[in-house]
Amino acid sequence: MRARGVIQLALLAFLALAALMVAVPPVRAVDAQGPAADAKAFRDYFVSKFPKVKLEDFVNGPYSMNEDMRRQWEEKEQFPPYEFALETGREMFSKPFGNGKTYADCFPNGGIGIRQNYPYFDAKEGKVVTLELALNRCREVNGEAPYSYLKDEMASLTAYMAFTSRGKPFDIKIPDDPRALAAYENGKRYFYTRRGQLNFSCAGCHVQAPGERLRAEILAPALGILNALPIYRSEWSGMGTTSRRFITCNSQTRAVPLEPQSDEYRNLEYYLSYMSNGLPISGPGARP
Amino acid sequence: MNGTTGMISMALLAAGLLTSSMPAVAASEADFKAAFAAAEAAEKEAGGLRNQWTTTESALAAAKKAAAVGDFDSATASAKEAEALARASVFQATSEKERWRDLEIH
Repeated sequence: MRARGVIQLALLAFLALAALMVAVPPVRAVDAQGPAADAKAFRDYFVSKFPKVKLEDFVNGPYSMNEDMRRQWEEKEQFPPYEFALETGREMFSKPFGNGKTYADCFPNGGIGIRQNYPYFDAKEGKVVTLELALNRCREVNGEAPYSYLKDEMASLTAYMAFTSRGKPFDIKIPDDPRALAAYENGKRYFYTRRGQLNFSCAGCHVQAPGERLRAEILAPALGILNALPIYRSEWSGMGTTSRRFITCNSQTRAVPLEPQSDEYRNLEYYLSYMSNGLPISGPGARP
Repeated sequence: MNGTTGMISMALLAAGLLTSSMPAVAASEADFKAAFAAAEAAEKEAGGLRNQWTTTESALAAAKKAAAVGDFDSATASAKEAEALARASVFQATSEKERWRDLEIH
């Protein structure tokens, strides 16, 4: 009888413990960490994976991981392929709209040396605003038609604005606003989520395999990957924006790309830029 | 085995062999329409999850193209392929709702 009582008690205790485990799901350490700790872990991962690469060199993508490519790139940089876009962007930036205003009227500091602060979380809209989006909004508010988000004029304008920020460290803020944190978390989730028939996530290439070859390409590390944008890409035979980069990545995994400047892409840019806080803007860049 | 059972078994075996060697019945326009509707529904579900695949879209386009010239065999086969791909993309999106964390840097 006494033995049975002990067994019943043990069973009760086990059931109570099991009920507790069901009722309270285990809290993952990362959930309690937040963006700052995520960014530290992110940076530490790359620094420890590539101990010979200087921190600020990660912004040079595949050139930071492959000496042959780096030599070719350094020679190309004497006559960089993005130079035409840069000059076009400089002219476009100062040319007045039909109403006499210019891009400078839409941005802090006249739009010069501010690229490192984009994207930012706009409390009024409750969403992330990228530089590309802000440029098109500037055009529309001044009675001009928006540009394509992928290349040409948009790439030229962002090339010029990036150039005026060269060397300035990414300074992305996540304000104390649950919507901003949600945008950051959604961007993080997008980055790690596998998609497309090939079942790749952004992280599958740019976290798990940077420096490795994917067919003829050397994969860039995710740390600092947006610092060089926009880029002239030989594969494209032209310039491309951050939007173009995301869309191409999705297509390569056989996923149907989302619309440029969709919430998902804006959040992804927010997350990735925040991960690279402190690393210098190096755009416009050139890639194979 | 008595005689009657043996005969029935032989007849069944013969029927099985015959049907397996016969060509499949050609798909009709109705077969295509049913297969295409099922594929479109699955692809719509994948769209709701923001996870469509380019290969599904290609298979849907191939199905439409074949149907337009009356090739309902190919059209139905492509539609069925599209449905299978769309269902796989739905499965992927659903399982990734939690599994994405497995790749996260800690």
